[in-house]
Amino acid sequence: MLTSANDYGTLPFFRAVVVFTESWREPQKMNMSLVSRIALGFVVITPLAVGPSMVAHASEDVIKIGEVGSTTGSEATFGVATHQGVDLAIKEINATGGVKGKKLKVILLDDQGKPEEAATATTRLITQDKVTAIIGEVASSRSLAMAPIAQQNKIPMVSPSSTNPKVTEIGDYIFRVCFIDPFQGFVMARFAAENLKVKRVAILRDVKNDYSVGLAKFFTETFKKLGGEIVVDQSYSAGDIDFKSQLTAIRGTKPEAIFVPGYYTEVGLIARQARSLGIKVPLLGGDGWDSPKLLQIGGKAMEGAYFSNHYSAEDKSPHVQAFIDRYRKAYKDTPSGLAAMGFDATMVLADAMKRAKSLSSADIRAALAATKDFQGVTGRISIDQQRNAVKPAVVLKVVNGAFSYESTIRPG
Amino acid sequence: MDQFLQHIINALSLGSIYALIALGYTMVFGVLQLINFAHGEIYMLGAFAGMYAIRWLRLEEHPGIGSLLIALLAAMAASAAAGFVIERLAYRPLRKSPRINLLITAVGVSLFLQYTGQLVFGSDPQFFPTGILELEGYNWSYGDLVIEPMQIVALVLAIILMVVLQYIIFKTRLGRAMRAVSFNHDLASLMGIPTNRIISATFMLGSALAGAAGVLVGLIYPKIEPLMGTMPGLKAFVAAVLGGIGNVTGAVLGAFTLGMAEEFLVGYWVPTYRDALAFGILILILLFKPSGLLGVHRAEKV
Repeated sequence: MLTSANDYGTLPFFRAVVVFTESWREPQKMNMSLVSRIALGFVVITPLAVGPSMVAHASEDVIKIGEVGSTTGSEATFGVATHQGVDLAIKEINATGGVKGKKLKVILLDDQGKPEEAATATTRLITQDKVTAIIGEVASSRSLAMAPIAQQNKIPMVSPSSTNPKVTEIGDYIFRVCFIDPFQGFVMARFAAENLKVKRVAILRDVKNDYSVGLAKFFTETFKKLGGEIVVDQSYSAGDIDFKSQLTAIRGTKPEAIFVPGYYTEVGLIARQARSLGIKVPLLGGDGWDSPKLLQIGGKAMEGAYFSNHYSAEDKSPHVQAFIDRYRKAYKDTPSGLAAMGFDATMVLADAMKRAKSLSSADIRAALAATKDFQGVTGRISIDQQRNAVKPAVVLKVVNGAFSYESTIRPG
Repeated sequence: MDQFLQHIINALSLGSIYALIALGYTMVFGVLQLINFAHGEIYMLGAFAGMYAIRWLRLEEHPGIGSLLIALLAAMAASAAAGFVIERLAYRPLRKSPRINLLITAVGVSLFLQYTGQLVFGSDPQFFPTGILELEGYNWSYGDLVIEPMQIVALVLAIILMVVLQYIIFKTRLGRAMRAVSFNHDLASLMGIPTNRIISATFMLGSALAGAAGVLVGLIYPKIEPLMGTMPGLKAFVAAVLGGIGNVTGAVLGAFTLGMAEEFLVGYWVPTYRDALAFGILILILLFKPSGLLGVHRAEKV
């Protein structure tokens, strides 16, 4: 087997063929259907246009870090915000001397929000750009497509905000700096039962989305344990625009709150349609809501909704405020939770690289696994046995068209 | 009971959206026997054209029916122009080739528009300015039953457009020419009918309808994105086939049937099968009654 697609030098066509055939060779590991593999065939054509100019030149004094994110596609907010956080962290690390005397360089590839593109991008970062570590992805479904490739090549991968438990279960090179779905489901269930004091909750989940299904499952478990009742469990598919039939069915069961653990792309419309059907109970959700588009699309209908998130910009601790100041200077905008997670993922990775005995994959992996009480913007981060971060979550409320801090819920 | 009636209202509103898109689909098919898979993308272009018209002309500052009409006209004009260009550049050069070539080209045009749309408009969803009509809070409610004004507007518009189309096709010179072209291109041109012009006009009319649908959908579901046309386009295609493709009344009937079927499936049974249902209907209808509910069987010309 060819060790590297780079052996072909600057012949982009061959690279594309290699990427494509590699994806055919191990269909089980890639976990892709025939259709996605055929789609991938089309996808590899796209980078051809970029061609040789994208081939990175190996250089001794930089450490290359790959990043995969959805900077276009219907969840572009996720990729863009995360990358801004990553970029800010890289600049700060380089300004303070880099890692082991070397500067960090991030190579960002866009996956357009598609798992199959994320897989292709990962293969490309590893075989072609020869990155030392990978940061990505935001969405669990995409991280799940990337992780087997990183694991197989023994390249440490740090997901900033994929909360589905399966992501780090793929192997010992896969880490994350966020909490996991059981915890997010747990947080909102506890918030509903203890802070809102509701007993009857309806669920409306996105069945096409691992993240949404996971949150709904763990919410149900905790909420039932706390004595609550799930009155109805409805679902939709990402991309739908009409949710009135589900909402009409939910309305009939008279819930006291509705848990909608989807992405902002649909939640805005769901909120609008719920309100127009006369449903007045609060909507609850997870960090997939974290986008200004949520408020734009949902408008007044979002008022009074609650969702769990990684951090709040209203947090008064000095290191959070310092981060927000620097971010505002760089991007003229308040950082979202995802930007903060991108920042933390990069910082945790750089910290591990500094502590590692050498820059070999195995040493960086060991140092990442030993991360303890790292003071990030999104809380103190410790990596546990399952390579997940243990940290608190915040609950935010939509008030007057802005996200305002409501409460902090700790693990356990 | 309230819940059942609410489902009916939701279904009628959903059906009128499908109907608005299906009308253009079915008309283009009726004349050209071409399934214009780019129709859903023209509907997307219409929605974006409407949004930009509202933004540039600051229509939100003067809410009312006038502003709605301006936005509709802008969207219809932009869509008609797009339809004209697509027909001229992509379909006309292939008019003498086998029908399958045209079909593949249509799929290509559809993908081209989707990805160009992502480049030009950006792929993050955008908010459609609903402020041009001050309707928020004007819902009619009767007990638990809620009817939104926009639902009525969409329903009424779908029916009006259906009647207008029927009138154009069966009572005007243009319509007679369209039917002649539909019957036989070559013969029609021998009779002195400007075939090319008639086909262009058909495309523009069908595309304008899609553009109008784009604006209405934008107002009802104020989230628009470059890929928004794919699924509604396919659903409208199913509706058109269900009603009998090429038949204007059939398209509307098919759209309402599909709306009802989806609404009750989701409301009372398994929401996950929503899209599967539409394509299941397509398969069944093609197997058992390929001419559709109201379609007339055409003898194949040999």
